[in-house]
Amino acid sequence: MGYEGVAVCVPVTIPYSRYSLRSAHWFCGRALAALLQQAGIPKDQVDGFCISSFTLAPDTAVGLTQHLGISPRWLDHIPMGGASGAVALRRAARAVQTGDAEIVACIAGDTNHVDSFRKTIASFSQFANDAVYPYGSGGPNASFAFLTDHYMRQYGARREDFAKLCIAQRDNAMQFPHALMKRPLRLHDYLDARPIADPLCLFDCVMPCAGAEAFLVMTQDRARSLDLPFVTILSTIERHNAYPDDPIQIRGGWAMDVDGFYDHAGIGPEDMDFVEAYDDYPVICFMQIEDLGFCGKGEAPEFVRRHDLTTAGDFPFNTSGGQLSVGQAGAAGGSLGLVEAIRQLTDRCLGAAVTNARHGLISCFGMINYDRGLCSSAAILRREGG
Amino acid sequence: MTTALPPPKKKDPVQRTRQPTLPPGNRSREAHGLTAMAAIGRFALQTCAACGQVQYPPRQVCGNCLADDLPWRDVAPGGSLLAETRLHHANDLFFRDRLPWRLGVVRMDAGPSVVVHLAEDCQQGMRVRLSLNLDRSGHAVMSARPETPGPEWEDDLQLRELTTDPKDRRVLIVNGKTDLGLALAQGFSAAGAREIFVGHAEPWKASPALDAAKAVGGVTLFPLDVTDTDSVQELAAVLGGKVEIMVNNSYHLRPGGAVDRLDMNISRQEMDIHYFGLLRLAGTFGPAMRARGADGAHGACAWVNVFSAYAQVNNPAFGTYSASQAAAWSLAQCLRAELMPGGIRVVNAFTGPLDDEWHQMVPPPKLTSDMVAGRIVDALQKGREDVAIGAVAEEIMQRLAENPKEIEREITL
Repeated sequence: MGYEGVAVCVPVTIPYSRYSLRSAHWFCGRALAALLQQAGIPKDQVDGFCISSFTLAPDTAVGLTQHLGISPRWLDHIPMGGASGAVALRRAARAVQTGDAEIVACIAGDTNHVDSFRKTIASFSQFANDAVYPYGSGGPNASFAFLTDHYMRQYGARREDFAKLCIAQRDNAMQFPHALMKRPLRLHDYLDARPIADPLCLFDCVMPCAGAEAFLVMTQDRARSLDLPFVTILSTIERHNAYPDDPIQIRGGWAMDVDGFYDHAGIGPEDMDFVEAYDDYPVICFMQIEDLGFCGKGEAPEFVRRHDLTTAGDFPFNTSGGQLSVGQAGAAGGSLGLVEAIRQLTDRCLGAAVTNARHGLISCFGMINYDRGLCSSAAILRREGG
Repeated sequence: MTTALPPPKKKDPVQRTRQPTLPPGNRSREAHGLTAMAAIGRFALQTCAACGQVQYPPRQVCGNCLADDLPWRDVAPGGSLLAETRLHHANDLFFRDRLPWRLGVVRMDAGPSVVVHLAEDCQQGMRVRLSLNLDRSGHAVMSARPETPGPEWEDDLQLRELTTDPKDRRVLIVNGKTDLGLALAQGFSAAGAREIFVGHAEPWKASPALDAAKAVGGVTLFPLDVTDTDSVQELAAVLGGKVEIMVNNSYHLRPGGAVDRLDMNISRQEMDIHYFGLLRLAGTFGPAMRARGADGAHGACAWVNVFSAYAQVNNPAFGTYSASQAAAWSLAQCLRAELMPGGIRVVNAFTGPLDDEWHQMVPPPKLTSDMVAGRIVDALQKGREDVAIGAVAEEIMQRLAENPKEIEREITL
C-alpha cells in the first residue's frame, strides 16, 4: 500500500543552542506553537502527536499532553533517537490514511543542560550500563571509534575521505542560519584536530546541543485547503537489530530492506536529487551511501572521492550541513534531514537550494544499545506534482 | 611491547595526591553474575541450557531460543581483536584521571562480541585471551591481552588497575612469627614488593620463622600486637601512609568446642585476636589506605585476610576458633564495603588445615605454608577477591553451595 493522499508539510526548526536552561517540554511546546502558527490552525485541530525526546524524563509524550493542554486521539512516543524521523513519518502517514488522526504533529526535541549528555550516556540501556559504560565511559565516541577503526582497515578508508565529507557538509552549513558551526572547515583543521577516541578526532564527532525539529502530516486535501506547500511520500522503511550475527557493525538495516524500498518508490538511487543521511560520525554516512545502493559495500571511500557532496555538487549530501555542522539536538537529530528535505522540495530553503530537486532521500539511524546502532529507517520524498 | 612500570617515587608532600574515584558501578542484577565469577577467577558466561548459546551482555532470557535457564558455565577465553581505540576524552572522572585509555572489541571463539579493556601490546587482528576481572569499583569487567603475552605484560598500567599486584608496593604482614608469616614475606619479596613490613607480638618469645624473615630482602620488623589498641595505633602512626597491601595473618587456634571444653580465656583470646584484632587494624590502617587508593600506579590496593574455611561452616573440633573466624569474616564484609570508595579490594583467603603443631590430629591433606603464601600472592597478582586454598577449603565451598545442611552434619575435614 502506498502513501497516496498523504501530505508532509510545515518544516519547523527551533533554533539550536549549545546549552539551554529550558526543558525538553519547552522545546517541544515551542515547536508545536511554530507548527500551528505556520499552518494557521488552532491547537485543537491537531489530533495526533508523535514525540521523540531523550530528556523529557520522567515524562513521556503522555505527560506532555497535559503540559501543552492538548487532547489528541492518536499519540505515539518513539524512543529511537536518531532513527525517529522517518519512523514518525511512516506511522503518522498511516494514521492519516486510515483516518485515525487528521493532522499529526511530529516533534523531536531535546534540551541540553551542562550535565544532560553525561547523564544520558551514563544510563542509556541495560547493556550499555553493564557492558560498555564501565569501559572508559566514552559514550558514542568510543562506539563509533570501534566501527570507524574496523571500517578503515577493512575497506581502506582514509581520514582524508572522512574529511572530504565533513568539509563538504560544513560548506553546506555556511549558508544555513541554524548551524552552530559558523566557520569553514579546512583539511588541515580536520586532520590536525585534537584526538577524541582514535581514530576519531574533534571534527568527526557531533556536538550535543538543544533544539527541536517538527513537521505536520495530513491529507493532501487538507494541506491544499490550508494552502500549505507539501511533499509526498514514495516509500519508507524501518528495521531494528539488523544482522545480529555480524561480529561488528559494517552495515545497517537499510541493506536488508533496500530492494523493497526502491521497488515501492518505483525509482532508484540514481533518481535521487539529494540525500539527507544521519551523520553523528562520518563512518555511518559511508555505510548509508553503500547500504542505500549508491555504491557497493566498501566502495563509499571511492564514491566520496569521486563525487562533490556540496549542495551545488553532483551528489548533494546533508544540504543544511547535517548534525556535524548544525549540532546534534538529541532526538531532533533524527529529524534534521527530514525537515531539511521538506524545505528543499517545497522551495522553502533557509540555506542553499539544490536546483530542480524533485526527489530527496532521507535516512535515519539511532540507538547504540551495546556495540552497534540498532535502529535504521529511511524515506523517499517527492516534490508535489514533481 | 608493554611499557615498563615506572619505579615508585618518594612522595612529594606538596604535590596533589590523586583522589580515589571509581569507574561506573551501576550494574543490573544479571550483571552481578559476572562479578561472582570474577571474584573467584573463573571465566564463565551465561550459557543457555536449552540451545547452548553463550550470552553476553548478561540477560534473563536467551537471545536465541528465549529459554530462561541460563546457567553460568566456563567458556573458552580466546578470541580475535576486531577493533580498537584509545580514548583521549572521557566523561567519567576515574577515566579522565587515567587517559589515554585503550579499549577493544573482541569476537569471542565462544560467540559473542565483547567490549574490553585492552592491554597495550594488542593490535587489531591479533588473537587475544580474555579474562574477567574486578575493577576498582568491585564490579566485573572484561580485559584482553595477547594470547602469547610479551615480556613484562603485567606491568601494563591499565591491567594493573584491575589487579592488586604486589610488584613495587609496600606490604604489611601482621603476625610474622609463624611459618606462614615467613612464607608470605618470602612470597612478596619474590613478587617484587618494594618493602615488606613484618609485625610481631610477644617480643620475649623466640621464633625461628621471624629470625629467618629478617634475612628476606626488603623486610623490616615492627612490634605489633593486634590485641593491644595502643600497639596497633602506634604502628599505624609510623606506617599508616605507606601500607599499600595489608596482610592480616592473625592466627590463634586451639582445639575444642563449647560443650566439651568451656574455656573462656581461650575463647576470648580467639575473639580478641581474630575479630577485635581485625577491628583494630581496620579502624587504624583502613582510613589511610582508603585515602591512598589512587595514589599513583603504586597506591594502596588490597587488604588480605587469611581466614580458615571453618569461617564459613563451623568445625566442632575447633568450635570456638571457627566461631571467631566467622565473626572476623562478617567484619571483613563490612570492611569490604567501607574500603570500596577508595578502590581497595578486600581479599579473603579461606584455607584448609595447615600442617602445623595445632593440626597434629587432623588427617591429610594439610597445607604447607609455601603453598598458602603462593596462592595468596597469585590471587593478588590476578586480582581475585575470594580464594579457597587447598582441596579441603575447595570442597567445603562446593558442599556449602550444594547443601549447607549436609556439610553442617557431616563435617569431618
